[in-house]
Amino acid sequence: MPTLTINGMTLDVPQGMSILEAAKGVGVEIPHYCYHPKLSIAGNCRMCLVEIEKFPKLQTACSTVVNDGMVVRTDTEKVRKAVTGVLELMLIHHPIDCPICDQAGECGLQDNYMKFGLHRSRYALEDKVHKKKVQDIGGQIVLDAERCILCSRCVRFLDEVTGTRELEFFHRGDHSEISIFPGKPLDNNYTGNLADICPVGALTSKDFRFRCRVWLLKAFDSICTGCSKGCNVDAHFKGDILYRLKPRWNDAVNQAWMCDFGRLTYKEMNEARLLTPFVREEGARKVAAWGSLLPDVAFRLKAAADTGGADRVAVIASPQSSNEELYLLRRLATEHLGTKNLAFTHRVAGDGFSDDFLIQADKNPNSRGAQLLGIPDGAAFDALVSKISAGGIDALLVFGNVVGALSEEETAALLAKVPYVAQVGTNEGPVSKAATAVLPSASVAERAGTFTSHVGRVQRFRFGFPARGKAKDPVEILVSLGNRLGAGWSFAGEASVFRALAESEAPFAGMSYDSIGMFGQEVKR
Amino acid sequence: MEKVLTTHFANERYRRLDTYRQYGGYEALKKAFAMTPEAIIDEVKKANLRGRGGAGFPAGVKWGFLPKDLSRPRALVINADEGEPGTFKDRVIMTRGPHLLIEGIAISSFALRVHACWIYIRGEFVREAKILDEAVAEAYAAGLLGKNILGSGFDLDVTVHRGAGAYICGEETSLINSLEGKRGWPRLKPPFPASVGAFGMPTIVNNVETIADVPWIVTHGGDTFAALGVEKNGGTRLVGVSGPVNRPGVYELSAGANLKDVIYNVAGGMLDGKKLKAVIPGGSSTPVLRADEIDVTFDIESMARIGTMSGTSGVIVIPEGTCMVRALSVLMNFYAHESCGQCTPCREGTGWLKKLVGRIEEGKGRQGDVELILDLCDNMMGRTICALADAAVMPAQSFIWKFREEFDRHIAEQKCPYGNRF
Repeated sequence: MPTLTINGMTLDVPQGMSILEAAKGVGVEIPHYCYHPKLSIAGNCRMCLVEIEKFPKLQTACSTVVNDGMVVRTDTEKVRKAVTGVLELMLIHHPIDCPICDQAGECGLQDNYMKFGLHRSRYALEDKVHKKKVQDIGGQIVLDAERCILCSRCVRFLDEVTGTRELEFFHRGDHSEISIFPGKPLDNNYTGNLADICPVGALTSKDFRFRCRVWLLKAFDSICTGCSKGCNVDAHFKGDILYRLKPRWNDAVNQAWMCDFGRLTYKEMNEARLLTPFVREEGARKVAAWGSLLPDVAFRLKAAADTGGADRVAVIASPQSSNEELYLLRRLATEHLGTKNLAFTHRVAGDGFSDDFLIQADKNPNSRGAQLLGIPDGAAFDALVSKISAGGIDALLVFGNVVGALSEEETAALLAKVPYVAQVGTNEGPVSKAATAVLPSASVAERAGTFTSHVGRVQRFRFGFPARGKAKDPVEILVSLGNRLGAGWSFAGEASVFRALAESEAPFAGMSYDSIGMFGQEVKR
Repeated sequence: MEKVLTTHFANERYRRLDTYRQYGGYEALKKAFAMTPEAIIDEVKKANLRGRGGAGFPAGVKWGFLPKDLSRPRALVINADEGEPGTFKDRVIMTRGPHLLIEGIAISSFALRVHACWIYIRGEFVREAKILDEAVAEAYAAGLLGKNILGSGFDLDVTVHRGAGAYICGEETSLINSLEGKRGWPRLKPPFPASVGAFGMPTIVNNVETIADVPWIVTHGGDTFAALGVEKNGGTRLVGVSGPVNRPGVYELSAGANLKDVIYNVAGGMLDGKKLKAVIPGGSSTPVLRADEIDVTFDIESMARIGTMSGTSGVIVIPEGTCMVRALSVLMNFYAHESCGQCTPCREGTGWLKKLVGRIEEGKGRQGDVELILDLCDNMMGRTICALADAAVMPAQSFIWKFREEFDRHIAEQKCPYGNRF
């Protein structure tokens, strides 16, 4: 391995690694804009200039591969002056409109001009070159050409990642700008990533624009629930409102990207939420208390089993539930209600679209987990629906806001065949409009657990903030229901459930939250 | 002095294949086919042939950078994008002796084991491209290009490709990008074209004049060529003299000619008895010389010793009475217009230089502007992927260093003392 000395520190560096990457490993921060670890090296922003012994000129750290014995300094006066000089040139035509720019607070340009103290401009204000602002270039993106530093990350992303090449450089010299071709807006399902990789405020998200200053947001690690890919995301929130999802890097799953559909899934965690438990009496909603409703639901399910036999009780599981929840639900149904009528479906209305990158046809985060935990899909679900339609079920527990791909009318008609329907769900929907008892569930941002992706990768999603209204963690709901059905469970939280799951379920054997870690772990085959 | 290139340039018909052959054209190619490729490369090395495109890199050494591995096809690209202001020598070769270039290409390709050659010609050279096209067609028809050239078994295809009017496409890697149909942006190096060049092939890019010298080298031998010049600078050079001299034009001179001699004797001295003020010796990018600095030989090393370059040997003569601020302003407009926009320092810096120099010339210069220009130059020089920023900085710095008092006077008087107006 080549040896590199940087600012007096000597380290071994893997063959072929750049100075910039090697420096990052030992905490030497080299400012940069055009460099992005997931894109090709452009070397055109010229911010990462460093001094290398025996090189007459400063070199770009991003594009210079470490050779054995290389001696690099990033802290000399020569480097400082050069980098300050490049930064000044980047700023001369920039509008410096940070107070009204969405990127403020997470802007590489802003960070560096503060750091290098370039508060006074040597450039005459009247000489600034003006370019087009607020251009809707399609997808989720707005372009402000004046803020652009022409680093080419977006152009390379659309060339190398999506292959759609909608953005290109136009004109030359200080009139250069990026733009779409006339009449050809962004046309791919990954446009949101452009706002993420843009190091400045040139490409901003239409969805997030002007909604919140970024420094007011907090973030937690989550998993996208938009499909079975299991893209790792950072969820950004303020109070109990989610503002945006950003891809969290995981080379095994989504690298540094996520799709435009997934990016907007946070909205349903903010809107039309079920906030209080209620029962439906003579068609009218009547707010209920958890303390009385939970025992009531348990009693009704048990009573139906006792009266008509366990075969007249059914449970519909949801692939939106976590592994932990599905594990408890299966045990509740099979062990404590004693019914075989347990199934789920991965089908939802409008599903099926997929591509060869991230987007999967299955629009649920945990269909694979449900299958691995022994909950049947497909024909078993269809059979259960037929049985319900035929009036064969007296009490039904439904997890989720929808029953498969059924429309609101179809759901209402189906559930009308069952005398007692209890639902555990997060949002208003076809089921909550028809169920007898509704138990509001915490959203994925308000609870924690694991999902199993389509390839069998178990990944953790973390707790963000306390559940809205009176919604409860479904693990708590299930433990409470189970215990009223005689389960005698002493689970406290999803972690204890996962320990039990890992002990008894072969695909998950030997797994723990620790072993899953930040990036997930594949189930045993 | 013996001429390598221009002996028959006065003959209008020399551009035609039959006339060219009457004067011994394509005999060098026959001789080359009897030699080994290595022997040809050795002669070029012995010739001390320095690249004529401005940087003066030894051609034989450059040829040696091609990988030894012959499994991948290679390419030869001729840089005929002559865009440097003050330079007009390659145009003369292409219009007066296009077959010199084509024969040079055939010999060089044989030596480099290349079967595909592109001549990338400046977009504005419409007439030149037409002449070149005709010459290439003649060569194909006569079996001097194409399959099995002169029965040697050697195949070579030559394509004339016109550029689209960008100065930057004279830089070899943006030339390659442009040739490939991409935006003319210089490429980050490494990889150098000799490993990954045109269409991914190992590629040698040479200037028109460099390649046109090759037939003579093969005919007369590298040592003979070297002896025409001076140490490390073999052969002759085409020197283009422009400005108020009695006989402006292109002259073939020894690579070791004296610059003062070029102006006062070869080009016939100053027009109308004007006094010489300054000389830009090698195309607009090269640092300017004061009139008292020009008694110097024109070879690459001698010019470097006095802080300038022989460059593309485009000698621009500037007479007394010329406002140096205005002259620089013209140059700064050019570089700001031609910066490709890829690297920050050049994209923004050339535009800023243009505005600062323009402001001084207009009588709106501010105290400290000259220091600002010099500091800006320092922040641009050597900080970019290609040398365009350097090409803008070198005139800016040298004009100020050598004619500082004119800049100061513009600012102090808030007008151009020469009364120049844009």
